[in-house]
Amino acid sequence: MSNMILGRYLPGVSWVHRLDARTKFILSMLFIFVIFMANNIYGYLFATAFVALSIIMTGLGFKVFFNGLKPLAMLMLITTFLQLFFMNTGTVLVHWWIFTITTDGVINSVIVFVRFMLIIMFTTILTLTTPPLEVADAMESLMSPLRKIGVPVSELALMVSIALRFVPTLMDEAQSIMNAQRARGVAFNEGGLIQRAKSYVPLLIPLFVNAIKRAIELGDAMEARGYRDGEHRTKFRVLKYTKIDGVAFAAFFIFAIGLFATRFI
Amino acid sequence: MQPIIEFKDVSFSYPNAEQPALKNLSLQIQKGDWVAVIGHNGSGKSTFAKLINYLLIPTSGSITVDGIPVDQEHVYDIRDLVGMVFQNPDNQFVGATVADDVAFGLENRQVPREKMLEIVPDALERVQMNAYAAREPARLSGGQKQRVAIASVLAVEPKVLILDEATSMLDPKGRREMIALVHELKQELGAELTVLSITHDIDEAASADEVVILNDGELMGVDKPEVIFSDAERLRRLGLAVPFAEQLKAKLKARGIKVPETYQTTEGMAEWIWQLHSKM
Ligand SMILES: Nc1ncnc2c1ncn2[C@@H]1O[C@H](COP(=O)(O)OP(=O)(O)OP(=O)(O)O)[C@@H](O)[C@H]1O
Ligand SMILES: [Mg+2]
Repeated sequence: MSNMILGRYLPGVSWVHRLDARTKFILSMLFIFVIFMANNIYGYLFATAFVALSIIMTGLGFKVFFNGLKPLAMLMLITTFLQLFFMNTGTVLVHWWIFTITTDGVINSVIVFVRFMLIIMFTTILTLTTPPLEVADAMESLMSPLRKIGVPVSELALMVSIALRFVPTLMDEAQSIMNAQRARGVAFNEGGLIQRAKSYVPLLIPLFVNAIKRAIELGDAMEARGYRDGEHRTKFRVLKYTKIDGVAFAAFFIFAIGLFATRFI
Repeated sequence: MQPIIEFKDVSFSYPNAEQPALKNLSLQIQKGDWVAVIGHNGSGKSTFAKLINYLLIPTSGSITVDGIPVDQEHVYDIRDLVGMVFQNPDNQFVGATVADDVAFGLENRQVPREKMLEIVPDALERVQMNAYAAREPARLSGGQKQRVAIASVLAVEPKVLILDEATSMLDPKGRREMIALVHELKQELGAELTVLSITHDIDEAASADEVVILNDGELMGVDKPEVIFSDAERLRRLGLAVPFAEQLKAKLKARGIKVPETYQTTEGMAEWIWQLHSKM
């Protein structure tokens, strides 16, 4: 379950791991826009090569990246499948009742599929090579201009970091409650959908009650340690741009120009 | 000498509670003492502790810490003076890693980062957790988390350290280690640190300078541990555990053996039995 929520950070010592989380975050976002510049086969080949090279540089191997696609496979297939019917131009391949599949439709769905793959693969680099906490720090840092319009950025960041910190604690607790309930004869993951949903009630109620109790105690502990508000605090953990971040930005810039150039081939 | 903590006729009721949790409590704690607070479950020990650093506000009466009134105006001065370690190791670990957790209190006090980079390893050194600075709490034992909690408190150099059953969720080894650690720190800091330890652990309470007994929100007495723990009759009446040595003494007395009048630890009692044995 935690894999889905947080991505799966895999520690390493590659250049990509050492990049500032903000760099990876910004480049991931930019990639989503830049990829739309590709409009022919060369463009997509070029982009695929770039993503492949980036993945190789993480030193993690391709397998973990394909595994990362699995939870989204269904979504990708449905989107691609629907694309088949959206285009009515080109030669008709199949025509049945109100459904028409044309060559353009096929080409378009292939393009959507590839684009989807590339975006997921590239953004997965961020989550696989960056500890969740650093991602949160990066978001805080990038969102800090919003402070001017009254968004409590530091409070939000502290909330996210505390939430991340409690994920393993609550998972452990859920596990032990489940074991305790199993010992009392509750069967999880058995029977129909409603039956299953029902079997989770005796898990969720104590989990919520305890979570609230924890929150109250944590609040006391934070106050006892002098917490007043989010804005007037110094920061112990800081992010730092280094030379390799410059290199990464430059490389991405070159990639973007190259991709733009492929439009004229 | 000015007491480090002074309660003057303090009462406190939780909202919607029928009974006040503390009733007309007056008490002084002297600077540099190690004070144990005992009492059965629900006797008001945690309430007492939380009143000291303004986590709870007295319904009536007044409290001072080091001469400073505990009120809204002085709340952050008070929290600089009073550090607190709670029972549950998980629910007081705020930071994402050990170092971050120690830094939390410093960040709140707007200590500049360069200073924090010196203070944090220092504080961790004192609780022998330096090697774990980058660890997340999920990969620490309960005892280690509690040691981090102590480091976090020490980092801001309080004058009073309150331990609210801080060892009760640890295994016996973790508990012994933690008590030894606090004793060590106390020795190092001497009169600069006053320790207020809320505990159900009789042996821990027995090693204190003073023992405070609470019973249903009322102060039942403040005395030296040897006086309090040798009165088995009173302990039983207050719903408290009688130390093993005292139980043994009572049984021996019933058999007509002359036993020492003063409080003895289990070891002290063993020693005494050896002496008795060699005399026979
Ligand atoms: N948040 C609360 N709201 C209402 N009543 C409370 C609250 N917390 C404690 N009480 C009540 O106040 C009284 C004193 O509680 P307190 O937690 O101070 O006891 P304690 O001596 O610390 O007990 P324990 O040894 O179980 O920790 C109890 O009767 C308790 O039920
Ligand atoms: Mg308590």
